[in-house]
Amino acid sequence: MTSVKVYGPGCKRCETTVDMVRDAAAKLGLEIEVEKITDPKSIAMAGVMSTPGIAIDGTLVHAGGLPDKTKLEGWLSA
Amino acid sequence: MNSDLTHPSHPSRPDWLWHLGVVAAVALWWMLYHQLAPLAEWITGLLPVARHSHTGEAIAFFLYDVPKVMMLLTLIVFAMGVVRSFFSPEKTRALLSGKREGVGNIFSAGLGILTPFCSCSAVPLFIGFVSAGVPLGVTFSFLIAAPMVNEVALVLLFGLVGWQVAATYLAFGLGIAIVAGFIIGKLHLEGWLQDWVRDIHSGASASTQIAGESMTMIERYRAGTQAVWEIFGKVWLWILLGIAMGALIHGYVPEDFMVKIMGAEAWWSVPAAVIMGIPMYTNAAGVIPIVEALLGKGAALGTVLAFMMSVIALSLPEMIILKQVLTYRLIAVFIGIVGSGILAVGFLFNLIF
Repeated sequence: MTSVKVYGPGCKRCETTVDMVRDAAAKLGLEIEVEKITDPKSIAMAGVMSTPGIAIDGTLVHAGGLPDKTKLEGWLSA
Repeated sequence: MNSDLTHPSHPSRPDWLWHLGVVAAVALWWMLYHQLAPLAEWITGLLPVARHSHTGEAIAFFLYDVPKVMMLLTLIVFAMGVVRSFFSPEKTRALLSGKREGVGNIFSAGLGILTPFCSCSAVPLFIGFVSAGVPLGVTFSFLIAAPMVNEVALVLLFGLVGWQVAATYLAFGLGIAIVAGFIIGKLHLEGWLQDWVRDIHSGASASTQIAGESMTMIERYRAGTQAVWEIFGKVWLWILLGIAMGALIHGYVPEDFMVKIMGAEAWWSVPAAVIMGIPMYTNAAGVIPIVEALLGKGAALGTVLAFMMSVIALSLPEMIILKQVLTYRLIAVFIGIVGSGILAVGFLFNLIF
């Protein structure tokens, strides 16, 4: 099971990112667990400076703006 | 990461088509832009109103200004979207972390314009900078410049008021960010951060690398287009409302109406403008058309610029976000210093122009 963390204070783009992650995983047939991190302290501790940020199994793969769909699928299946 | 090789993104469209498309779009833009004035006159002429009546003036103003501003905005936001894709908060932080105050403040204010920034990530960005050893004052220069000197404000000033005012706004906006950050740095207020922010200092690693990111030129174009959609989604209604308001003032409010309350003679109008601007929170798009109309009716340039800077740079919602990392004392100092800078700019302008 892949664990995905989405970092963001809860703005609209962060919600969209969560949906995008779920959609991509569904498309690839992957079972994932998505966690939303909204606390600014935890966001900062993870090294994310521009939100939304995405970490997959503890590795930060993206920060700032909506992720690219194709890339997102690439990160999830890597 | 070899995943880029196995997942070529969007293989359907070749690169040259993108380059060609961008060039063609810019050419088309150029042609259309130069036809806007005759087009607006022509449409106004078709309407059953006298061209030089109040209504005629207001309609012609509206029909010319709306497409002009929208087109300028599209071009500049796209260009800035592409330029910004070369910058990121992580790179900016790496550039700034070794810098000393003074030079650091100048760099920081400049990078504030170029680095992608959204006020919703102000807090993580602040912590990221401070924890990586970017001096507090240098961080503030960034946080003041990033929202205040932005392409939307500059485009609207350029399109509606003229390049001189846009250039002046750019210069003085940067000036305030540099000087205010420098003073905050000299005051050594690190102790006035919230406790947990100070504790994080040693904790976070300064060299966070983001594993999956690298961009092709095509992706940068996409970033530009995405920026256009995003900004338009946010500001189009404000621009319409603002210009409609501007058109009404343009057509109906008598010349010199504003001279008494917002003219250069009324010295108290500058502090009043700054204070009124603090609780108001809108983006540059909502203010500027009103600004233009006020200027046209005799309001003093300094007063109007002070109002605009105050609305954009000193806003209550942003203070509430910053409250998570700053104590009230530090926020008060921040408002005091930036507010004084804006006041000084306002008075200076009223004196010169």
